[in-house]
Amino acid sequence: MSEEVKKSEPLFSKKNKKLITDPLNKINPVTIQVLGICSALAVTVQMDNAIVMSIAVTFVLFFGNMLISMMRNLIPGRIRIIVQLVVVASLVIVVDQVLKAFVYDVSKQLSVFVGLIITNCIIMGRLEAFALGNKPWPSILDGIGNGLGYGLVLVIVAFFKELLGSGTLTFPGIGKLTIIPEAMYTAGYMDNGLFLLPPSSLIIVAIYIWVQKFRNPELIEA
Amino acid sequence: MAINRDSNVYTVVFATVMVVIVGGFLAFISMSLKPQQKANITNEKMQNILQAIGIDETNGIARDDAGKVFNDYVKRRITINYKGEILSDKSADEAIDPQDKLDAFNIDLRKEYSMYVKPIMSQYKGDDAKIDAEMAASPNIHFPVFVCENNGKKYYVVSASGKGLWDDIWGYIGLSEDAITVSGSVFDHKGETPGLGSKIAEEWFQVQFKGKTIEEGGAYAPIKVLKPGNELNSHQVDGISGATFTGVGVDEMLTRNLAVYYNFFSTNKGL
Repeated sequence: MSEEVKKSEPLFSKKNKKLITDPLNKINPVTIQVLGICSALAVTVQMDNAIVMSIAVTFVLFFGNMLISMMRNLIPGRIRIIVQLVVVASLVIVVDQVLKAFVYDVSKQLSVFVGLIITNCIIMGRLEAFALGNKPWPSILDGIGNGLGYGLVLVIVAFFKELLGSGTLTFPGIGKLTIIPEAMYTAGYMDNGLFLLPPSSLIIVAIYIWVQKFRNPELIEA
Repeated sequence: MAINRDSNVYTVVFATVMVVIVGGFLAFISMSLKPQQKANITNEKMQNILQAIGIDETNGIARDDAGKVFNDYVKRRITINYKGEILSDKSADEAIDPQDKLDAFNIDLRKEYSMYVKPIMSQYKGDDAKIDAEMAASPNIHFPVFVCENNGKKYYVVSASGKGLWDDIWGYIGLSEDAITVSGSVFDHKGETPGLGSKIAEEWFQVQFKGKTIEEGGAYAPIKVLKPGNELNSHQVDGISGATFTGVGVDEMLTRNLAVYYNFFSTNKGL
């Protein structure tokens, strides 16, 4: 495998690696490009929802980018957005059906948000901006990178929301873990109900952006 | 030969081929996953019914196990109408036939509530006698009763459906052998506010119902959901702070449905 590719460039050249690492930080789709904010606000009440949602979005981005990139020389220019939509919509239906069959509880909690992956701006954005003009391999890496970048923010937001809102952390396959000890509650500690509602995500995302820009001064716009 | 990607013919052919391929692929996925999805829904319903009995053996039972042991506990599945007439009576030996719409297990209360019960209640709002007559006359309103047995004791699991603040709520209520004392309950919802109304699906809310009764001095006494912090008698439970309307929904749903069951059991003692 590696010998064939050597002629052009190594599979994980510096440029290709950046396709994965950049979306995690410098061009994060949620905090820097402000795409896909809607689901970041809504499915972050529990960690397991956020994790499954991130996996679902990464899956759709991976295959969406790959398929569109493979078809990029065949797609008629005038209906390219429709073609992208069809690809994304079918992938989302696959995800929804698989969740319903194998992780029924999570699928019940995510409910409409799985279907709404179709309208997640990150996906159409990456297909249109990257996959249409690049080869499949870089497109796949770009898909993974952006999916992980989205997931990173989602999981961090969910961590604080669930911890402060319910005093628990829920992981897929492990279940609900109580983090705040009972003694704290008897001593007068109360869960903050605000953190279970969507507005709290805005606060956490804002703090996230603040910390991120503090650590990366080049991101600060003049 | 270069293809002109901007020609109308190419565009139409591309679109057609794409739609056929995608359509076939999705149909295949849907068909192959359907049995598993159906099993999940059936098992979840069985899990809810078994949990509602309120006995230690089925408390916290896993969804996949519920299907296996369902018939060990649920001995009869009875469907009654608003007047308390028995429309269908199946024993555990008779398998649940998904085609048999009258089998108590197949009664879709949420659908019946939104399609038949809600229109009657909103049309004749305030006129209880008229609502009563219309509900009794409707051939589409059913009430399932699951007769369960454990260690020689009988339990009856009944079902209820109504509306919370945002969307449907529903539940299963277990009654002890006297058909008056609540032995357990399970509630679920479609879209109540997370962290507030959604708490009706949590154990601490549901265990409150255990031991409450639906009879006072020989007459029906509905279970009431009160604002938290009150002294509670044997027909009252604490509501959820910040979820007043979900509580009102649970209250209304239980009052309306348990009345039918109370009347049914008072004429069918020791079923």
